[in-house]
Amino acid sequence: MNAVLESDTKNGSSTRQRRPEVSSRSGSESAEAVNASHISIQNYGFFYGPTQVLFDLNMDIPERRVTAMIGPSGCGKSTLLRNINRMNDLIPGIRHSGDILIEGMSIYDPYLEVISLRKRIGMVFQKSNPFPKSIYENIVYSLRVAGRNKKSELDETVESSLKAAALWDEVKDRLHESAFSLSGGQMQRLCIARAIANRPEILLMDEPCSALDPIATGKIEDLIEELKKEYTIIIVTHNMQQAARVSDRTAFLYMGKLIEYADTETIFMNPREQQTEAYVSGKFG
Amino acid sequence: MNEQRTFEPVKPAGEPLVWVTAMGLAIGLTMIAGLMTLILYNGIGVFWPKRVALVEFDEAGATRFQGGLHVMGIVTIEQDRDLRDLTPEQLQSENPDDRREKQLFMGNRDAFGQAFAFFNVGDIVQITYPPNVIRAERVEWGDAIFIPVRLEDADGETIAADDPEFDRVLRQRVREAATRRADINRIERHQIGRINLQMRELELEERFYLRIEERTAAEEAALRNIRQRIAELNAHYEPLAMEANALRQQQRQHTLVYEVVTGAERRLAVGDIIGYHYPNRLTLGGRTRLFFAHIGSFLSGYPREANTEGGIFPAIFGTFVMTLIMSIAVMPFGVMAAIYLREYAKQGPFVRSVRIAINNLAGVPSIVFGIFGLGFFVYFVGGSIDQLFFSRALPTPTFGTGGILWAALTLALMTVPVVIVATEEALAAVSRGVREGSLACGASKWQTIQHLVLPAAAPGILTGLVLAMARGAGEVAPLMLVGVVALAPNLPIDSLFPFIHLERKFMHLGFHIYDLGFQSPDSEAAKPMVFATTLVLILLVVVLNLTAILVRNHLRKKYAAGTF
Repeated sequence: MNAVLESDTKNGSSTRQRRPEVSSRSGSESAEAVNASHISIQNYGFFYGPTQVLFDLNMDIPERRVTAMIGPSGCGKSTLLRNINRMNDLIPGIRHSGDILIEGMSIYDPYLEVISLRKRIGMVFQKSNPFPKSIYENIVYSLRVAGRNKKSELDETVESSLKAAALWDEVKDRLHESAFSLSGGQMQRLCIARAIANRPEILLMDEPCSALDPIATGKIEDLIEELKKEYTIIIVTHNMQQAARVSDRTAFLYMGKLIEYADTETIFMNPREQQTEAYVSGKFG
Repeated sequence: MNEQRTFEPVKPAGEPLVWVTAMGLAIGLTMIAGLMTLILYNGIGVFWPKRVALVEFDEAGATRFQGGLHVMGIVTIEQDRDLRDLTPEQLQSENPDDRREKQLFMGNRDAFGQAFAFFNVGDIVQITYPPNVIRAERVEWGDAIFIPVRLEDADGETIAADDPEFDRVLRQRVREAATRRADINRIERHQIGRINLQMRELELEERFYLRIEERTAAEEAALRNIRQRIAELNAHYEPLAMEANALRQQQRQHTLVYEVVTGAERRLAVGDIIGYHYPNRLTLGGRTRLFFAHIGSFLSGYPREANTEGGIFPAIFGTFVMTLIMSIAVMPFGVMAAIYLREYAKQGPFVRSVRIAINNLAGVPSIVFGIFGLGFFVYFVGGSIDQLFFSRALPTPTFGTGGILWAALTLALMTVPVVIVATEEALAAVSRGVREGSLACGASKWQTIQHLVLPAAAPGILTGLVLAMARGAGEVAPLMLVGVVALAPNLPIDSLFPFIHLERKFMHLGFHIYDLGFQSPDSEAAKPMVFATTLVLILLVVVLNLTAILVRNHLRKKYAAGTF
């Protein structure tokens, strides 16, 4: 708890000043702006009850880039990802130290509603989890729960989100059919469309392709390539080739510690650490 | 290793136990099938029109019926006699028939003083089926079984029973009588009933004003007004009562003269005949038609003669309405409690003990709930309502006595644990993926529950309701304390304002069975009705459950969680 309070005071008044929401999207495309740090993880530690699973992490995640997190099972990469939108709040007996800042604002700020945080962060899960509703209703769910029910706005969102998720052509004639009528790959793309329907800034992807065949995986990877023009994407993956293919930056976690975090090329071609090299070359994990 | 490996035939361990488990299931199924068959056979058999036998006894034998050697009736049972009742000659007799007896349903309770009797099979000389026997269902005294003699009109004209016109005329007269009976019923039950209801309210108001010692001018005026209205109602009442009386007179103008088996001639007003048939002349088609007609009138008719005759419509209706009110009451309670318990309450020793308490509540004997319903709902809540809103009617209670609302609420309380447990399980079964997906979309916890968790849990919740309904609809003990009666004058829902009368006492199939079986003056006559009513109760529960199951399956299809 102390750590939280500290980080709060450290950031002081700056945490209150939230950047105007539109500026990030319509702002200048200068290299400097694009590479600005979007999410900043500072001295972050995390505990499930008495067990510490994340140790003193420090990472700056750049805006509108794909950041991959790799590491063997149980290394804490999913936990870290799920903490960025505070999804782990559901689990009883958790606690953290340090802080995670999004555009300089702490996600643990007591003035911040966790709901408004999640509205800025879309999330795609390992197992596709469409709601037992129609395709249309799946997409507009985040708008409806925010109280936006205008028909024209919903229609527009459905079309733009499905187009962005490269699913529009496949489903445009059956928007009102059950989401369960889709194939596995389509379902996962539907979940991506749903995650971006609310125009978030950040997209968290927790092993989005682990349950898909290579063709569906390829489609999702192309999609990620496309989406990073607009969203800051963090992807957790077990598939090293995938990390190499889609990401700009890669973080290697091991036993809850950040071993190495650098440009993807560096991590795969010229890692600084022995452990990283062993892992990316398949010697362990 | 040179040892050669072979597959030795090994008996799998525990094989006999598989047979034991299968036997357990088989025994259960057999018992259920036996139960259903027994009730179905006995319950349906009541309505099948059986032939009437004319039994003649040996003059030398001991059997006489009211001095005569003939009896006429329907054979209901044939069995071995109790050995203690046998004479030494019968015991040593060569003929095994001497040790057997037949039970006959003879009807004519008014003429014979009894409707059933046992006779020695050994004394029977012959059994014939005379074609001109009539079995008539009467308004009073149960059925009559007789040989018709003639039909007498009010003006002295008669038609003999062997006249070819006789059947046609009698049938028409009976039909006319049925119309008149319906008219009388309409006038007395509905029109006069309505006047009586208004009259009772006015009298209560009158009494209220009369109790005031010194009345102001306004109160005097009110009192005069009330008396005026009472007089008006009386003026309305008179012609209706006269009309009903005139109809009653007409019911008596035709008389059927008939002869019972003892040779006595008896007279029966045609207006008292509900229906009749020639049981020994019926073809299979006629019998089937009559069978369905009997079932129809049993389901839609009102009970007569201490419930042993007539139909059970009020009991069916009462059970249905009570179960419905119970479901409406128990659903929101149970579901809300389960949502809090599962989704919001901080899981810990306290919640655990609450959950244990709820489970135990399901095992509390139902009569305990009946006592609670009487003490809390009837005396406390009902009494308070009477004090507040119906004080003018006191000391006559309105809600302060048993009624369908209190019965339904008592049963709701009794079944609420079932709904809570089922709902909790259904909520727990909703996949975490869907919940997390919803939260990640920026939905609040309540929105997640409302939009996704509850719809997905709906089939499971309905399963709980099915169980609750099955338990509630069949319960009798607690109802006896909180509002069920053997004969209710009115249905809980009717055409009189305010249409739904939650304070009324009501009839219930379960209690009807108890009343028929244990409280009726002629238990032998009530026995078939007990089976028939039991069958209806089972069918009603099946129908209610089937409806809920169909809704559940529909929902299940709608929210089918395809891939996971």
